Amino acid sequence: MLSAILVMAGIALVLGGVLGWAAIRFRVQEDPLVEKIDAILPQTQCGQCGYPGCKPYAEAISKGDADINRCPPGGEEGVKRLAELLGVEPKPLGEGLEHKPKSVAVIDEALCIGCTLCIQACPVDAIVGAAKQMHTVVADECTGCELCIQPCPVDCIRMEVIHEDIANWKWRYPVIPLKKVA
Amino acid sequence: MRKLHAFNGGVHPEGHKGESTGRPIETMPLLPRYVVPLRQHIGEPARPVVKPGDRVLRGQLIGQPEGYVSVGVHAPTSGRVLAVEPRPVPHPSGLADLCVVIDSDGEDRTVETAPLDWRAMDPSALRNRLREMGLAGLGGAVFPSFIKLNPGARRHIPILILNGAECEPWITCDDLLMRERAADILAGAEIMRHMLGTEEVLVGIEDNKPEAIAAMTAAAGGRGVEVVAIASLYPGGGGKQITYTLTGRVVPAGGLSTDVGVQVFNVGTAYALLRAIRDGEPLVSRIVTVTGHVVRPGNFETRLGTPVADLLRAAGGELPDATGQIIGGPMMGFGLMDEAAPITKSVNCVIVKNAALFPAAPAPMPCIRCGACARACPAELQPFELYWYARTRDFGKTQTYHLFDCIECGCCSYVCPSHIPLVEYYRFAKSEIWSREHEKQAADQARERHEFRAFRLEREKQEKAEKLAKKASERLEGGAVAAEDPEAARKKALLQAAIAKAQKAKEAVRPKNVDNLPPDKQREIDAIEARRAQAGQAEQAAETEAKR
Repeated sequence: MLSAILVMAGIALVLGGVLGWAAIRFRVQEDPLVEKIDAILPQTQCGQCGYPGCKPYAEAISKGDADINRCPPGGEEGVKRLAELLGVEPKPLGEGLEHKPKSVAVIDEALCIGCTLCIQACPVDAIVGAAKQMHTVVADECTGCELCIQPCPVDCIRMEVIHEDIANWKWRYPVIPLKKVA
Repeated sequence: MRKLHAFNGGVHPEGHKGESTGRPIETMPLLPRYVVPLRQHIGEPARPVVKPGDRVLRGQLIGQPEGYVSVGVHAPTSGRVLAVEPRPVPHPSGLADLCVVIDSDGEDRTVETAPLDWRAMDPSALRNRLREMGLAGLGGAVFPSFIKLNPGARRHIPILILNGAECEPWITCDDLLMRERAADILAGAEIMRHMLGTEEVLVGIEDNKPEAIAAMTAAAGGRGVEVVAIASLYPGGGGKQITYTLTGRVVPAGGLSTDVGVQVFNVGTAYALLRAIRDGEPLVSRIVTVTGHVVRPGNFETRLGTPVADLLRAAGGELPDATGQIIGGPMMGFGLMDEAAPITKSVNCVIVKNAALFPAAPAPMPCIRCGACARACPAELQPFELYWYARTRDFGKTQTYHLFDCIECGCCSYVCPSHIPLVEYYRFAKSEIWSREHEKQAADQARERHEFRAFRLEREKQEKAEKLAKKASERLEGGAVAAEDPEAARKKALLQAAIAKAQKAKEAVRPKNVDNLPPDKQREIDAIEARRAQAGQAEQAAETEAKR
């Protein structure tokens, strides 16, 4: 009886040791959740979610502080992908948030007084210019966050929707025309 | 006799070649107006270098190549530039694109051209020349030819294939070109061979073009070029298919024919190359088949920029009850949205449809998993699987099933007993994947820039703090600094003298009427004096700070 208990206890100890060692030795450094969430977010850095950028929002989601439907640039599609990642039900975009077509900021260069306020507001450094010099937006880098609109003292920045052209045109999902049968 | 290899699948659609091969190539008359798109090739569109009002000559560069994968665009005739603006172009979207509109002056004067001495020219300089002259593959893909003619530093390309298969129904422009200009095509191939360092040149022609085979064989005598008749089986003219048929070499998935030492050019490209080098003439025209429901089907030497409507007129016009046009062939082509759209380097055929020749597609039925598409697929894919995943937008899975090896030949849709427009689903999936890839890249870039900005702001804050700290410590060591620098010491002495003088003057001014005050007044005065002293100290501190 006693020997049986000792043998079992011995086996348990040895196996436990092996498992413990393996857990440390073969530890898989898993991608933290924040990175995965951040990868889904569109990186406009617009702050419409109420956080100062996409990363802080991702951190808030991973902590459970923020809902997944606070990102308008990501749209329904983004909410769906976040829901899939986190294993929750997708939901419509939050109250007062609206998905807009992708656009870029354009500075009216004749009106610009060179105050640099928009340069300071741009989260991705996509506006070039210097004090008392005309500023301009680097369209390729602009995320369309609209953060530069509000600080402009002369209201010379507007958002322009990116129109479909041959370079960015996409084949549509095939639709089968319905036929009237009698 | 060369041993030929049969690729998997393929279909036998009705040829309809006879309609347009009855007459020799006709040259289109000079038109009053041309609309020349700046995006006629794969890659970056050319940048316009003319403005409205400019006079141009035939062959003059009007679009400068922009970026590496790009070629030049040239004026098709002499005249005046009317506009540089978006106009309808032949594209499945029907969208407009930037074009140079040229009003012809009727004189058709040309820029001075000089033949290129290609044997003496450095290969890289020769390629640059071809890039400027607008050479792009005329088989339909319009990939810049100069890139394909670069064998790379170490890569050796022993086999050059001239593609004269022209497997798609209705199209006969390569057929007629081979019949009439075989020697020129082979002379162009000679230059290609020189540029690539190729030993063997093969010409693959489908056996439904006996006249072309005879003409090419006659011209090939003594040139060391082998003309091979291959079985007529669509899509035998696909790059990978013709490579396999002629050489037995299998192009790896996601790879190019150069990976197996083969380069493939369309016969029309070889001819255009000869014109560019022998005559120094940039690419301003091509042969286009006009066929189907028109009065006089045939092949026309057409200047690039010719509106489709004018080309149709040259073919006698459409017959009554025409139901639209197809650009390209019926298997891979697309419907034309606007007859004002011009002929470009990629347009090899315009087919006018009618209800009898091109009946409306029957309504699609559900997939019954019969596997006919997989048996027909020349790329050895599983079209039905691709269809499932594209339909449910499972784009990751479509890529596991090698969506990007699909050449969109249309064999699967052709054989599908349920009439499912399979290729449309693949095109949808491909463009969706490309667009997501693009979005992801943009997002990554934005993330990087945002992170760098955060880092930069932090760094600036730190630098400012360090600067302030340095200043504070300097102030503490002020005496030491002065001792080291006699000039600074002199200035400091002067400053101190001035301050002392000012202080003395201040003290000299005694307040009046302050004797025998009641205690509350005295307290008030004391408080004011204390505040003044404090303010004075602050002022002094600010002054010294400013002077530093």
